[in-house]
Amino acid sequence: MRFVWSEVRQGIRRNLSMVISVILVTFISLTFVGTAGLLQMQIGQMKNYWYDKAEVAIYLCSNVSPADVCPQGEASADLKTAVENQLKSPTLAPFIQRYYFEDHAAAYQKFQQEFAGNSVAKYVTAEQLNETYWVKLKDPSQSAIITESFTGFAGVEEVRDQRSYLDQIFGILNAASIAAISVAALMLASAALLISTTIRLSAFARRRELGIMRLVGASNFYIQLPFILEGVFAAIIGSLLASGAVVGIVQFFVQGYLAQQLPFTNFVDLGSALLLVPALIGSGVILAAAASGLAIRRYLRI
Amino acid sequence: MIRIENVSKNYRGSNRPALADVSLEIEKGDFVFLVGASGSGKSSLLRLILREEIPSSGAVHVLGENLVGIPSRRIPFFRRKLGVVFQDFRLLPNKTVGQNVAFSMEVIGQSAGLIEAAVPEVLRLVGLDGKADRLPSELSGGEQQRVALARAIVNKPAILLADEPTGNLDPKTSEEIMALLDSINQTGTTVVMATHDSGIVNRYRKRVIELREGQIVRDEKSAGY
Repeated sequence: MRFVWSEVRQGIRRNLSMVISVILVTFISLTFVGTAGLLQMQIGQMKNYWYDKAEVAIYLCSNVSPADVCPQGEASADLKTAVENQLKSPTLAPFIQRYYFEDHAAAYQKFQQEFAGNSVAKYVTAEQLNETYWVKLKDPSQSAIITESFTGFAGVEEVRDQRSYLDQIFGILNAASIAAISVAALMLASAALLISTTIRLSAFARRRELGIMRLVGASNFYIQLPFILEGVFAAIIGSLLASGAVVGIVQFFVQGYLAQQLPFTNFVDLGSALLLVPALIGSGVILAAAASGLAIRRYLRI
Repeated sequence: MIRIENVSKNYRGSNRPALADVSLEIEKGDFVFLVGASGSGKSSLLRLILREEIPSSGAVHVLGENLVGIPSRRIPFFRRKLGVVFQDFRLLPNKTVGQNVAFSMEVIGQSAGLIEAAVPEVLRLVGLDGKADRLPSELSGGEQQRVALARAIVNKPAILLADEPTGNLDPKTSEEIMALLDSINQTGTTVVMATHDSGIVNRYRKRVIELREGQIVRDEKSAGY
C-alpha cells in the first residue's frame, strides 16, 4: 500500500495542471448537479406546502359574466341550491373534505384586502366579483372530478383549480432545474473525458514502469489502483468544493437573502443541502473511478 | 517444466511463420542455450514461454500451466514464478539500484520488512554490494545487467529467461554475467538463454537448441555453437 500511495503522489506531481483542471471541472459540474438538486427539493417542499392548501373555486355567474356561458345573468338562489345539492350528492361528497360559500360582500372584502393601495380597488364593485363555492378536496390531485361536474352547469361561470396557478410556478422552477441538469450533464461528460485523458497521459509517462510491472507479475488491480486513485483524488477535491458551494448557496443566498426578502415562502434549509453532500461526493468518486478505470484498461492488455 | 508441442506462430502481416511446428521439453534445473540467426524464432519462443504471446497452433505448458487456456487474471501470478532479463536491461532510470530491485517485490505486494532484508542480499549475490543508492545511469553496462539480474531473481523464480543478456556487453563483462547465470542455475533455477555469443556457448558446453527459420534444426546436450 505504501508503494501505491507513492505512485499516486508521483502521478499527481507529474501532471499537476491536468489534476487541477480535473478538480475545477468536477467542481463546476457537481455544483450544477447540486443546484438542480436544490431546485427539485425546493419544488417538492413548495408542492407539499401549497398543494395541501389549494382549493377548487366554482365561480358563479355574475351580471358582468359573458353571455355565452351565463345566458341567464346573475346566478339565482335556485341555481345556487342546485350547485350546493350537487356538492352534497353521494357521487361528490366522498371526495370533498369541506366547502364554503363566498358571497359578493365577502369577495369584495377579500379583494379590497388583497389589492389595498392599488387603484383597481376603487373601481371594483361588489356585484362585479363572482360569488364562489370554495371546495377543499380530500385528495387535491382529484380536482378533475369537480371540474367535470360543474363545467357547463347552469349558473356556473368557471371552475378553477388553484393548483393550476401553482403549476405555472413549478413549471418555471422545473425548467430551471432541467437547464441546470443539462449543463451539469455536459460538464460531467467533459469531466469524464478530461479524467481519462489525464490518466492516459499519466500512464504514457509511466509506460516503462507499467511494462516492468506486467513482466514481474503485478496483478491488474495493483497496476490500475494508483491511476484510479489519482483520478478519484482529484474528483474528491472537486466534489468537496462543489459541496461547499451548494451549502454556501443555501446558507448565504437562500437563507441569508431570499428568506429575508420573501418571509412567507418556505425555502430549503441547510439540512437538505447537507443531504446532497454525500450524493455529490459519491457521484464524483464513481465518475472518476469509472473514467480512469476505462482509460487505463488499454494499457493492461496482457 | 517447460513443454512445447507442435507450436506454430504466425504474425499478422508476415507470410513466413516465426515458429513452425516446434516441439521441445526442458527439465527442471536445465541450462539451455537458444541459438540461431536474428529472426530465427528465439525471441518468439521466449515470448511464448512468458505468455506474452499465444501460439497460432500447438500447446505450451510451463510450470504446470497450460498457457493457451490460462485465464488472463491468472497470468500475473504465473509470471511471478518466472524471471526475465533482456539485452537492453529495462531498468527504471529515475529509481536507484535498490529501488529497481525492490520494485519487483513491491508490485507483487511483498512486505516492507521482507523487501528490506532481501534486496541487499540479492545485490551482494550479483556483486553490487554497496551500490544500492546509485542510479542506473551511474553504472556500467555490466553493472546495469547485474541489477536486471538481481531484479529477475529476487522473487526466487523457478525459471529464468534471458534474451541475449550479453548482447550489449564487452567479452569480459559478458563472461562475468554468464558466470552469474551459471551460478543461478547451480541453485536449481532453470535457465533458458537466447544468445549469439559463440564463445560463451562453446566454453560452457550446455544443451544447445538451434533454430533456423522457425524450426529446430539441432537439439544437443553438452554441445557447442
